[in-house]
Amino acid sequence: MNNLGLIISLVLIAGGLIWLLVRSLSGREVERPIIFIFMGVAVSVPLLFNITFSEKATPIVKAVFDKVEYLPEGSRVLISFDYGPSMAPEVQPMSDAFIRHCLAKNHKLFLMGLWATGQSLNADAVERVIKREFPEKVGGVDYVNIGYKAGSQGVLNVIITDFRKLYATDVDGRDLDSLPIFQDIKSLKDMDLLLSVGGGFPGVKEWVQFAGDPGNVPTAGGSAAVTTPLMYPYYPRQLVGLLGGIKGAAEYESELKKHYPQFDKMPTPGVAMMGPQTLAHLMVMAFIVVGNIAFFLGKKRDS
Amino acid sequence: MRSRRPPIAAFVPSLFILNLIPFIFLTAVAQSDLGTGESTAMVSPEPPTGVIALDHVYDCGEMIDISWTLSAADTAGGPVTGYEIFRAEADSFVSVSVLPLGTNTYSDEKIIAGTPYRYRVAALYTGGAVLSEITSPVSAGTEIINWNLLNLFVIGLFVCGAVIYYITHAKRGKKLFIRKIAGLEAIDEAIGRATEMGRPILFVPGINDMDDVQTIAGITILGKVAQVVAAYDIKINMPVSRSLVMTTARETIKEAYIGAGRPDAYNDDMVRYVTDEQFGYVAAVDGVMVREKPATCFYLGAFFAESLILAETGNSIGAIQIAGTAQPAQLPFFVAACDYTLIGEELFAASAYLSNEPKQLGSLKGQDVGKFVAMAAIIIGVIAATLAEFGAGSFFVELNDIMHKLFTVEN
Amino acid sequence: MKRRIPLLITFVVGSVLILSVFFPPAESWGEDFSIFFDIIAVFAFFLGGGNLVRIHGKKLFTRKSDWGFSVVTLAGFFVMLLAGLFKVGNPAGMAGDVTAAGSFFQMLYEWIFNPLGASMYALLAFYVASASYRAFRAKNVDATILLVAAFIILLGRTPLGMYATAWIPDSFSILQIPNLAIWIMTSPNMAGQRAIMIGIALGVVSMSLRLILGVERTYLGVDSE
Repeated sequence: MNNLGLIISLVLIAGGLIWLLVRSLSGREVERPIIFIFMGVAVSVPLLFNITFSEKATPIVKAVFDKVEYLPEGSRVLISFDYGPSMAPEVQPMSDAFIRHCLAKNHKLFLMGLWATGQSLNADAVERVIKREFPEKVGGVDYVNIGYKAGSQGVLNVIITDFRKLYATDVDGRDLDSLPIFQDIKSLKDMDLLLSVGGGFPGVKEWVQFAGDPGNVPTAGGSAAVTTPLMYPYYPRQLVGLLGGIKGAAEYESELKKHYPQFDKMPTPGVAMMGPQTLAHLMVMAFIVVGNIAFFLGKKRDS
Repeated sequence: MRSRRPPIAAFVPSLFILNLIPFIFLTAVAQSDLGTGESTAMVSPEPPTGVIALDHVYDCGEMIDISWTLSAADTAGGPVTGYEIFRAEADSFVSVSVLPLGTNTYSDEKIIAGTPYRYRVAALYTGGAVLSEITSPVSAGTEIINWNLLNLFVIGLFVCGAVIYYITHAKRGKKLFIRKIAGLEAIDEAIGRATEMGRPILFVPGINDMDDVQTIAGITILGKVAQVVAAYDIKINMPVSRSLVMTTARETIKEAYIGAGRPDAYNDDMVRYVTDEQFGYVAAVDGVMVREKPATCFYLGAFFAESLILAETGNSIGAIQIAGTAQPAQLPFFVAACDYTLIGEELFAASAYLSNEPKQLGSLKGQDVGKFVAMAAIIIGVIAATLAEFGAGSFFVELNDIMHKLFTVEN
Repeated sequence: MKRRIPLLITFVVGSVLILSVFFPPAESWGEDFSIFFDIIAVFAFFLGGGNLVRIHGKKLFTRKSDWGFSVVTLAGFFVMLLAGLFKVGNPAGMAGDVTAAGSFFQMLYEWIFNPLGASMYALLAFYVASASYRAFRAKNVDATILLVAAFIILLGRTPLGMYATAWIPDSFSILQIPNLAIWIMTSPNMAGQRAIMIGIALGVVSMSLRLILGVERTYLGVDSE
């Protein structure tokens, strides 16, 4: 951490906020470009100076971790990549952490997606995480990527009874019946755990409504922060647990590192991004205070 | 002097006997490993017990559920390594599945409906397998009605019945009270503003396809908006994210222009497809907003993360914004950034509200009956659950159970 | 006839999808109708793509204002289309997966498409700040309560919230900011969300019945009944 650079940056930010406060005391509103500049600085400084914080898993995140941890070795876990590249910075750390955890426990991994743009992210996760960090795992035996199918929840309506009505092969063109991992699998009901990672439609809610609940398969999720509040009603009865936003990802990564020393050197983008999130939240709070001061003083002046 | 060597003939029998003894011993040991599954060197675990095979209810004869009590030796560090399911149609059993230890249920989907099957479960260990007793024959049948969903059917029938009743009994001339919805009242004012400023109107029907009822709700409001737009001769700009929405919206606007007697003013290019991709679409719409500076922006349909981007961009160009969505997560963004917001059901009520037709307004009344039932159930349920928790009497415990069963969907 | 057939299809499909929930033999029909929609949606891709090319092509050739953007749109469209269709640079050639590592399509996706999408999503950080600045004003009691709740949630979603109230004893742990934030999200917020969701569900029922019964027909381009 470059302490001098960090101190200078924080002093400049504080100075800027004091300047805004003085402006608002004279009843002047803050223009949009100034807000954007401050936010840009608030997000950049922690990344440049590598500011991170230690994380403790909240119960709702710990529940997901414990579920994966205490499944018998060799259990069948399906991970659905229900997001596109725009949401990847927020939710990709979750899917990476899930993959690492499942493979460390020697669970069988089934990768798929309900978003067309998620297909490349599946493939990327296979290359970047599975093949690089778990070279001993064999495709078709320890993991399989069956890719994307159009139809949103319509896909779930079909594969809850029979995968093979929609999927004949995996993404590499191999017949599902020829893959050892798919030998005893007919439908989603043969899975031991469903993990949906996403933040839009279709997403965690659709997996609960059309797969987990009707198929009676334990379901857990990771969702973008903006859609996390919508998932709370499903916890804990229909959702085993939930990772909410980048904080959820940071908590899961911290938990993984705590239990598995072999992941000590693994990248933790979730933890890394909590620094910008913290400073950005503080900045928003500062703007709300400044905005209210300008509002009340302006009202007083008008009256 | 002659050396005395023991005669070979005397050694051979003793050597033979000496070599025979270990052979006999090993053979005895090997024999004991065959046939019975018992080993003098390895103790076999207890078999699974209480194996039951039942037809899976409320399906089309697709599944038989097997359950059993775990082998007593299925413990941490114990000899059991897993379970194997065997199925017989006639006399011979075939292996159906191998399951990890700790598993005590299995659903067999590789069956033919109506065919009787018998099952047995084996506890696997390193020396082999120990089989359970054989179950009685069971066949999978088709149930016509899913009785598990009876409560859902009754509630659904009641709510749908109320809606249908009020639709069919709506009388012309009878005034129904509908509370004012500010966002819908403001539509005429918003379009009038665009006419005065000579700037176009932007209509965004959400980013979902025509299979989403929110998109259909948005398109029905488009129909009403297009009628006013056609009458005032303003330009309407409608970038869409789905091809099916494009074709539907074109039909809707074309009919509105024909209805207003201005078919020549209609142009297919009013509605154009951009991209299915969420942020590519919002980037394009933002570009349209910043370049063409519409006076009025309508966001009516299903929105996700792009909602705030659209609303803030619209705010920055000074447009009047009317939004409506049934995505609860996006409502706060629209409420914060837009002038008027239709919250949830108001979006679905909009077409009835704007048309003012008795049948459509009747459906709103039916909807309100459903809401009344929901409110009553919540109040009764909360009181019953709270009093049951505080031990106020068995009546409240039973009432709580009844409410729980009534509003829980089982599969 | 132009109106009756679509109305009949709507009625039949809508009714079957509802009945398939309660009558298991109808379940496979429901699945089949879902698949029919998928097939229609896939064919509709051609309509959309064709419209895109026509509009931007027209803009380009007639040199309408901002025609430069149309060049970028068409270039992006055709480059991605051809890279994927002909699997340009794909290590396994035409037999390989279109998103195979090393293919030109995957490179475009990783190096252009992904960063652009992520950048658009990142704009939300700035827009949230400007929207919060404008919207969170303590104009009345309700707005003040909203403001205080927003502060608690903003702090609670960061480690600072944990540090700031770690001194509070466990018997009053609900007052620790992260726990308070979770309580706000799971109690009052969830109550409000559930109320909205119940209203939405009833609105969907009402709207769906109007569509199935043919009372609402605007989406067909005709006036309602």
